[in-house]
Order: sequence, then structure tokens, then C-alpha cells
Amino acid sequence: MLRKITLGAVAALALTGTAALANEGFEPTTTDVSFSFEGPFGTFDRHQLQRGLQVYTEVCSACHGMKFVPIRSLADEGGPQLPMDQVRAYAAQFDIFDPTLDDTRARTPNDTFPSSTMPNAPDLSLMAKARAGFHGPYGLGLSQLFNGIGGPEHIYSILTGFTGETKDEAGNTFYENHAFSTGWIAMPPPLSDGQVEFADGSPNDVKHMAEDVAAFLMWAAEPHMMARKQAGFVAVIFLGVLSVLLYLTNKRLWASVKGKKKHA
Amino acid sequence: MAGIPHDHYEPKTGPEKWLNRRLPIIGLLYDTLMIPTPKNLNWMWIWGIVLTFCLVIQIVTGIVLAMHYTPHVTLAFASVEHIMRDVNGGHMIRYVHANGASLFFFAVYLHIFRGLYYGSYKAPREITWIIGMLIYLAMMGTAFMGYVLPWGQMSFWGATVITGLFGAIPGIGEPIQTWLLGGPAVDNATLNRFFSLHYLLPFVIAALVAVHIWAFHTTGNNNPTGVEVRRTSKQEAEKDTVPFWPYYVIKDLFALAVILAVFFAIVGFMPNYLGHPDNYIEANPLATPAHIVPEWYFLPFYAILRAFTNDVWVVQLVNFVTFGIIDAKFFGVLAMFGAIAVMALAPWLDTSSIRSGKFRPMFKWWFWLLAIDFVVLMWVGGQVPTNFTSWVSLIAATYWFAYFLVVLPLLGVIEKPAPLPATIEDDFKAHYGTPAE
Repeated sequence: MLRKITLGAVAALALTGTAALANEGFEPTTTDVSFSFEGPFGTFDRHQLQRGLQVYTEVCSACHGMKFVPIRSLADEGGPQLPMDQVRAYAAQFDIFDPTLDDTRARTPNDTFPSSTMPNAPDLSLMAKARAGFHGPYGLGLSQLFNGIGGPEHIYSILTGFTGETKDEAGNTFYENHAFSTGWIAMPPPLSDGQVEFADGSPNDVKHMAEDVAAFLMWAAEPHMMARKQAGFVAVIFLGVLSVLLYLTNKRLWASVKGKKKHA
Repeated sequence: MAGIPHDHYEPKTGPEKWLNRRLPIIGLLYDTLMIPTPKNLNWMWIWGIVLTFCLVIQIVTGIVLAMHYTPHVTLAFASVEHIMRDVNGGHMIRYVHANGASLFFFAVYLHIFRGLYYGSYKAPREITWIIGMLIYLAMMGTAFMGYVLPWGQMSFWGATVITGLFGAIPGIGEPIQTWLLGGPAVDNATLNRFFSLHYLLPFVIAALVAVHIWAFHTTGNNNPTGVEVRRTSKQEAEKDTVPFWPYYVIKDLFALAVILAVFFAIVGFMPNYLGHPDNYIEANPLATPAHIVPEWYFLPFYAILRAFTNDVWVVQLVNFVTFGIIDAKFFGVLAMFGAIAVMALAPWLDTSSIRSGKFRPMFKWWFWLLAIDFVVLMWVGGQVPTNFTSWVSLIAATYWFAYFLVVLPLLGVIEKPAPLPATIEDDFKAHYGTPAE
């Protein structure tokens, strides 16, 4: 029911590109959120990803799609890790046109999430990586090492950055949003307090829902993040040990060539 | 093979003699691995091994990626996502390949600046230097075409901007651009040929690397003093050198392990740091990104390209003298390629008879200014052009040319070099003393 209302409200708007609406001197602001998956030791919170999936399904997917994300990956380790029967049931909600049947059929876990339903709603598969901030200080990436790329923060800031002001331009309505690049976004505020009921009774005000869905979209953009960090640790530790062994070997090897005197 | 006297491989057993008469491959490997190497090489001599390793890892990961990639405008972006999501270990292979390009360029810049400081380009190593410059050019071509393959926004618009440079050539520019792209704009034909060439060029690089190594194995390595190894007898040569195996193999492997630990920390914990976020948006010929920037390793030369605008008097003069044939755009293109050309000509522009910058008191300052200049150019190449950055890039680009065309020829004449050590052995002993027996 709720999904239908959102869909109706959004569909009433003919969305257009907002790049034309350059707002001179406007600097978008991004709020830093402390997510569980930041830093080398950070991991996804499985329950948060499941809540984020629910927000995505009930709200975002009315307009947006995720055409690169296979539904079966919802069951993967390091993700929302839904049981396989739930993944099958989830997939079956959506139809897909199958050229071999020349007809539509229910999706299976091997299909991807549906594409965007509105032509101007961008695909969200990679949104958390396509919008990144943190490079400082001096662009050395240290901030990125500890805080992540800033994509989920951008999503959170957009979802919570509406001021409530609207303006009409050339027959389209724009909503003031201090996180959006031009300050005015074509997307109406998608979330309102208490909009999604979580089964586990987690807080469902706008901020919490925005955090949950931002975390979910980070997972959607980088589903193997946890495996990648683990591989990073294995490689760094292995190479660290190897470096020590090679250092000692090298020292011993050169001892017969070099004298005792050090850097005269 | 090397001019430095040393022991050669002698086949001892029957099968070895049998093989050696037919194919002296063991002897070739032995001579390559056991080449006498100056014993005073410092840590700036490790980059060759790092670069060789980079080439191997890029080819190996690249071949695996090519097994899963589809070079078609409607499928390329999705096939990269398929690699990232569905291929076993695909995300690691792709991140290693993408960041491997950065390690490759990081190492090559240090390798080149090592050569510039220690005068490794000077006689008799000019061929090694020229081959090295060709490798560098081939690397740039390979990296540029590789960046187009994921077919993201920066891929597409980067390709549009860079191939547009060829369109700046007067008269024949536009036909050349069309010929390069396989059509009037960056499209499927472009993607296909870039994929083909991106696969081919690394093997050209591998062949050039073999010639590069062959050349400096013929002349012998340079070293931090720039003093040549004594070659009159094997005994004397042995006082100046150690065999490459095991001394430098182990030293270089140690350095490589440390560098790879940092590399894998970047791959594991911030693999997208060096990439542009816009490349995670599928290419859209109808939406131009607000700020098109090349990868970090192209920024210094990108800055030189942009430095010479219409309001620079030299550009106006050249424009006037050539009756408008060389306009600002073409001037920028010539400057960018010229910046690499003057570097390649360094062996003939440097008039000093002293190789190593260590013994050239004035040269040192100009060299470090060049190194800073390079970093400034890299920074300014990534900035949105303003009045201030235009000035910075113009001054920095001018110094780049001035270093090679004015400073290097003049310094050799006016500079009084510091005394050189008589032999490599003396230099080594001054550092480490005589080994205890």
C-alpha cells in the first residue's frame, strides 16, 4: 500500500536532469556517519543490511533499480545473508521478460534486481562507489583509509538533507537539498519518520532508515568488501613476515662484503 | 655478454654439453643472472625489479580479466561488474590490475628520476635510455587504453579528450582522429581496437624490456658514483662488483616485499582511492562530467598540455609566425609530446662529463627543482583551471623545458665538479670499511 502511494507521488513528477540548474557558489555538505564497515577492520552489520534491504524494497525501488546486483547475492556470506528460501521468495515478487519464453515470468535468485522504473532515477547498484568524497588531508587518502570512500555518507546526507523548500522551474518541481551538487534535487523527500516497520523493532526515524539503506547500498556496490579486506590482511601479514626474513637474509648475505664501519 | 670480465658457464656433464652445443641457453641464463654488478648500488636501484614484477603481474591478471570481459559498448560495463561480483576472486584480480597500473607508474617515475640524477643516460648508456623512453611511451598508451575498457564516464570522456588531441594537428588531424577512433566519435569500434591494442602492447613492452636489459648488460650498470667498473682484469673487476645472484636478487626481493606490503594494503583497504568515482557510472555520450581528469600518472603532462593557452605571448608569436597553422591547441599538444622528447634527448643535451649528480654541486639544486616541478605539475594537472593555476602550470611547464634545453647544456660548461672517487671499491670502503676476514 505504502509503496503504491510513494510510487504515485513520484510518478506525478516528470523528473528532469538537474545539471542545468547550476546554483553559483553553492557548496554541498556531506555529513560524516560512523558506519560499521569503515576502516581496515570494519565489517558489514548483517542486520543493518537486512533493514536496509527492506527500506530499499519498500521505498527506493519504487523508482530506482539495481540492474547489476544478482538477487542470489543476498544469501552470500558478508552480505545480508538471507536464508535461500527467503531469497527465492524475494526474487519471485518481481517479474522479468524472458526472451526464450517470449513472456514474463517471476524472477529467480539468478536474475538481477529490477532496473529503474523511472527514466531519470539513476540505477543504485554502484551509487555508493560512484559518489565519493573523502580524500583529505592533502589528498593522501588517509581519511579514506579510515573512513571509507564517503559514498554511503553522500547517500545518507541526500536522504536527510532536505530543507522542505520547493521551487517550480519549467514545469518541474525541485526540492532544496543541501547535500546535492546543485542544491536543488528532482527527487522528493523519500523518507518520513516511521515509514518502514522493522520486524526487530529497530528505530525507524528518517536518520536510522537513511543509515540502514546507505549501508545496504554500500554492500550492493561492493559485495565482496569483507573478503577483500581479509585478503588484504593475509597479504600484508604474509609480506610483512617475508620482508623480515628477506631483510635478515640480505643482512647476513652482505656481511661478508661489507665491513663493520657504518656510513662514515 | 657483458664487457666486464667474469667467469662464464662451462658445461660439465654429458647432457649439459649435449644441450650447450645445440642451444647455449643455460650459458645465457647464467651470464644474465651472474652479471658483475657494482657493489655500491643504493636503494634507488631496486625499481627495475619492481617494474619487471609489475609487467608480469599486469600481464597475468590482465589475461584472466580478458577471459571474462566483453569489449562491446552495451556489455563492457556490465561485464566488469560481472567480474567484480560473480567471478571467483574477480574483485581482487581487477583491483590488483587497476592499482597495479599505479604501482607501475610510481616505480617508473622513480626509476626515470634515478637515471636523471645519477646520469645513467650518459654515454655509453644512451640506447638503454632511449629504449626506456620507448617503454614509457608504450606504458602510457597501454594504460590510457586500459582505462577506457571499463566503459565508465571517465573512460569515455577521457578517450574523447585524448583522441581529440590528434584532431588538433593542422590539416590531417581530423582524418587521423577518425582513423584512430574507427568512426566520427568514440564508439564500439574504438572500444574494440583499444581492447585489441591493450592486449598487444604489453608484449611489445616485454620485448623492449628484454632489449633494455640486454643494452645495460652490455655496458654494465651505472652506479651512484658514476665511476665505471675497472675492466682491465677479472681480479680488478671483482673488487668493484658482486654477482647479481645472490647479492642483488635478495636485496631487490626484500625491497619488493616491502613495496608489495604497502601495495596490498591499498588494494585490500582502499582500492578505489586512486580511481575516479565517475568511472562507476556507465558511459553516457549525452552527459559530460563536470571535470574530466586523467589518472594521476598522466597529470604532469596533462598540465603541460593545458599550460600554453591563447594568452601566452609565445603561443601568439608562434601562431603569427606560422600563419595560424600552430594554434594554441596544437601548441599544447606539441608541448606535451615535446616534454617527453626533451627528456629522451637528455644524453645529448647534458654537456657535463661527470655522470653522477652526487659530484655536481650546482646540478643538484636544479635536479631537485625539477623533481619538485614534476610534483607541482602533477598537482596543478588535477585542478580546475583558475587564473592562479594557469600561472603555476605555465611557470612549471616552462621550467621543465628550461631544465633540459638550457640548464643541462650550460651547467656542463660553468660547473666545477667535486672530486670523484678513483674506483667503486674506494667509494664502497669509505662507506662500509674493509670486511673482516
